[in-house]
Amino acid sequence: MDMFATALPAFLSAWELILQPTVLFYLVLGVVMGLAVGVFPGLGGIAGLSLLLPFMFGMEPMLGLALMIGMVAVVPTSDTFASVLMGIPGSSASQATVLDGFPMAKKGEAARALSAAFSSSLFGGLVGALFLTLFILIARPIVLAFGLPEMLMVTILGLSMVAVLAGRVALKGVAAAGLGMMIGTIGEADAGGNLRMASYDIPYLTDGLKLVIVGLGIFAIPEIVSLLRKDRAISSAANLGEGWTRGVRDWFANRWLSVRCSIIGVVVGVIPGLGGSVVDWIAYGHSVQSTKDKSGFGSGEVRGVIGPESSNNAKEGGGLVPTLLFGIPGSGSMAIFIGAVALLGSGDIEVGPNMLKDNLDITYSIVWLLALANVVGTILCIAASGGIAKLTTIRFTYLAPFLFMLISFAAFQSGQNFEDLLALFVIGLIGIFLRRFDWSRPAFLIGFVLSNPVEKFTNQAFQIANFRFRKSFEAGMDYVFSPIVIVLLIVTLVSIWFGIKQAKTIMAEGDVQSGAKRAPLIFLLVIAGYLALALYNANLIPDRNMTDKIIPLVIGGVSLTCCLILLIQMMRRPEGNEIFADKELSGEDADAPYGLWSTLAWFAGLIAATSVVGFILALIGFLALFFRFRAGCSWAKTFLLTGFGIALMCAMASVLNRDFPPGLLQSLVELPWPLR
Amino acid sequence: MSIKTLASAAIIGAATVTTGLANAAEMDLSGKTVEWIIPFSETGGSAKWANFFAPLLSEELPGNPTVVVKFMPGAGSTKGANWFQEQEHKDGTLLFGSSGSTQFPYLLNDPRVRYEYNDWHAVMASGTGGVAYLNAEDGAKFDGSANQLKDTDFIYGSQGATRLDLVPLLAWEMLGMNVEPVFGIKGRGDGRLMFERGEATIDYQTSSSYLSGSAPLVEAGTAVPMMSWGALDDAGEIVRDPTFPDMPTFKEVCEASDGCETSGEAWDAWKAFFVAGFPVQKLAFLPAGTPQDVIDTYSAAFEAVRSRDDFGDIAAKRVGKYPVFIGDGATSALGTATQVPEEAKAFVIGWLKDAYGVELK
Repeated sequence: MDMFATALPAFLSAWELILQPTVLFYLVLGVVMGLAVGVFPGLGGIAGLSLLLPFMFGMEPMLGLALMIGMVAVVPTSDTFASVLMGIPGSSASQATVLDGFPMAKKGEAARALSAAFSSSLFGGLVGALFLTLFILIARPIVLAFGLPEMLMVTILGLSMVAVLAGRVALKGVAAAGLGMMIGTIGEADAGGNLRMASYDIPYLTDGLKLVIVGLGIFAIPEIVSLLRKDRAISSAANLGEGWTRGVRDWFANRWLSVRCSIIGVVVGVIPGLGGSVVDWIAYGHSVQSTKDKSGFGSGEVRGVIGPESSNNAKEGGGLVPTLLFGIPGSGSMAIFIGAVALLGSGDIEVGPNMLKDNLDITYSIVWLLALANVVGTILCIAASGGIAKLTTIRFTYLAPFLFMLISFAAFQSGQNFEDLLALFVIGLIGIFLRRFDWSRPAFLIGFVLSNPVEKFTNQAFQIANFRFRKSFEAGMDYVFSPIVIVLLIVTLVSIWFGIKQAKTIMAEGDVQSGAKRAPLIFLLVIAGYLALALYNANLIPDRNMTDKIIPLVIGGVSLTCCLILLIQMMRRPEGNEIFADKELSGEDADAPYGLWSTLAWFAGLIAATSVVGFILALIGFLALFFRFRAGCSWAKTFLLTGFGIALMCAMASVLNRDFPPGLLQSLVELPWPLR
Repeated sequence: MSIKTLASAAIIGAATVTTGLANAAEMDLSGKTVEWIIPFSETGGSAKWANFFAPLLSEELPGNPTVVVKFMPGAGSTKGANWFQEQEHKDGTLLFGSSGSTQFPYLLNDPRVRYEYNDWHAVMASGTGGVAYLNAEDGAKFDGSANQLKDTDFIYGSQGATRLDLVPLLAWEMLGMNVEPVFGIKGRGDGRLMFERGEATIDYQTSSSYLSGSAPLVEAGTAVPMMSWGALDDAGEIVRDPTFPDMPTFKEVCEASDGCETSGEAWDAWKAFFVAGFPVQKLAFLPAGTPQDVIDTYSAAFEAVRSRDDFGDIAAKRVGKYPVFIGDGATSALGTATQVPEEAKAFVIGWLKDAYGVELK
């Protein structure tokens, strides 16, 4: 292996490149900027990197790399704040963190959860870098071994995590995942361009729904609404417990879990085309399966935080492999990264197959800059976590309007359409009812996230397999049942087997009381109705475009069957059976001083007003009225808080150079920014 | 028709631009922000293109305004183009970038298209080339013609038959090759990866991606270049691509292959779509109603960018070594890209339906 002989000098010269005061300064600068962007839910690395792009042209390559990597590296760390403290998935990397992180915050253990998460992130990042240092030399053939059948199997492995997260009634979990997948198929099909549950008259739907919106709608809105109804602080405990040292000890006690999940993170991150969407769920599933006492999951088990957080930073390192070695971005931010690298210096660094040969020292610098950025970012985050965790002791009514403001802004940034806000509201409504009737929201989200990969890989693998079988039977079998596929198949089957056995003990929604039949039955009928409609709609696609209809037909059919079985069970079982779970009957939601609809009406009001007078004017009215009448603030305080909110929003938008949703007014009159 | 005038117009354009310089001094953009709207996501080739030109343009516009690239992806770039159609001239701070993927739906009467290129003012246009290549096994059978490739089944990772992939797919079909597209990949990079994994057996890349991603495969002996799409000469004829002077063009391969004609309906259609998609792939526009002095200011600024001593050098590395059309050159490039004979359109629309069941309605 003469490769290793060249690797060591390159590795050393990489450190020479990194350990320069200006490079380190730019790295820290990037980290600080990344943290500033990353703490706001839903913005993530793409927004931050786009901010840096104009400065990249002709910039000294090492400085530019340090700046960009600093920024990219900390997003999966800093988004943990929103996930743990507010129950809002800050980015796709921290969806699984919400499941146990947020219940911990509710128990008053926010600081513990955060520091456990950050320690895991840091460790994951370092393990990832270490692994990559060796792996990157031999990665090319391994990455190439992951063809379409292999990728399909990894996706199915991710999907099999639904078994773990299905909740008490497995059928409901499967139906929820199916519904998520069906909602993921909305829009123009990738293969043949046929429309599913969409029309060219509503251009918004043809592109399908964005993950940001579905993530925020399914997790954030139900939690915000529920907390707002209770009108108290997020944390039920008055003090925040032992704080961050406890979290670090938690991580240390589970260091082997952290190691395993980090490796899962790097390995899955390496596979191009999957990106980070499945990593944290696989890590979460692994955390559950490797824990003896599973009863704590879903209600604040620290291992449920350590697992996904270890994996999501390691994944960023893994994602560098397809990016640098093949020039194929593993994620949206990596795609911008590739574009930006071309602008650096004299344009000599060219990501792609020649990267290892021509720029091995630069490659190593990138890997270790990423690790260093993780260290710096984690230290800053841990330092801040004690203070930020205090947010959970503030009366939630003061936070909620700002959260509505932030998630609306984030949702709008995903597509810059007013419809983004409507979609957020509708998905939020689905989220609220899934939560109320104890249908697994994680299952729904996994279904949505994996809908497109499942469809794409199935169709493409099927087509190529067909092609191989036409050559010869052996060629076909070799293609479909490669050793990797067989291993993944076994892992998946084992995972489902254990998952089904364990599902009943993991209650993502806590212990939900059951009661009368009517409300759960109506919800079931609505879901079944949508599935039937989507099935009918998919069936209208002509048969010669089978690629565009087969997945909606199969998934819709399975989900609808689940719903019908549930319907029969509902008719036969007595009231009070676990199938009739309903949060409005008893427990925190039922005892809340405010009703669901009156609370939701505030958010609806913000969106409706936006459609008329535009976002900023609507926001002024929303904040002022909310603080004065719902929160009962004095006029002075109302004025102060409203001013703060508007100032924050305008500052964010102007720094990121983003627009606000316009309304009817804006189409009639020309207004100055930010009212425009 | 406009193909012929394209290159010569570029030269005349340069002359008119210089006269435009005098008027340009009147306009001052200092302290302003020019928004360059790209109807794609941050991750595509158009983003790379705009991000390359934006800082250079900023240096050359009077008053050195900040030029920011804004992304407005959606509906295969038709969303951003439809939005731009509704914009009117205000103060010269709005620029729009379109690509082959915006031109093709317009040419193919896509129902989502509510924009009209002729309303806009093209100020800059640039092109690229493309290269098709084979895997090593089948590449050995390639002798400058496709004659020995007709019995082989090929598989190709494609973004969709109505995108730029239309050009390679139609070319291979004209050569009598049996290429089965696997649709639904997200970018040409994914197609190359599919090729590297051995799942796809034929591939094509635009010039810059070919040089960075596929040429190393050729060096390693796992890929064999087949042909470039070629470039246009002053007379509008297809000649060898200056970036790949040693590679035959599709036209040469077609002439050498039995049953492939470089005249007639299919050839005209292929050439029309090739021209709309490659030599004039990307255009920068000012919105409808822009006064002539603003257009001249922009033309002058782009001209200054193009005349930088180091332009050829930095452009070659970042966006490829192809001509940049400015002023009248850009206008005639727009004509080349968007005026496709009705017969060519009809041929392609019919072929898409017959070969792939794709109907745009």
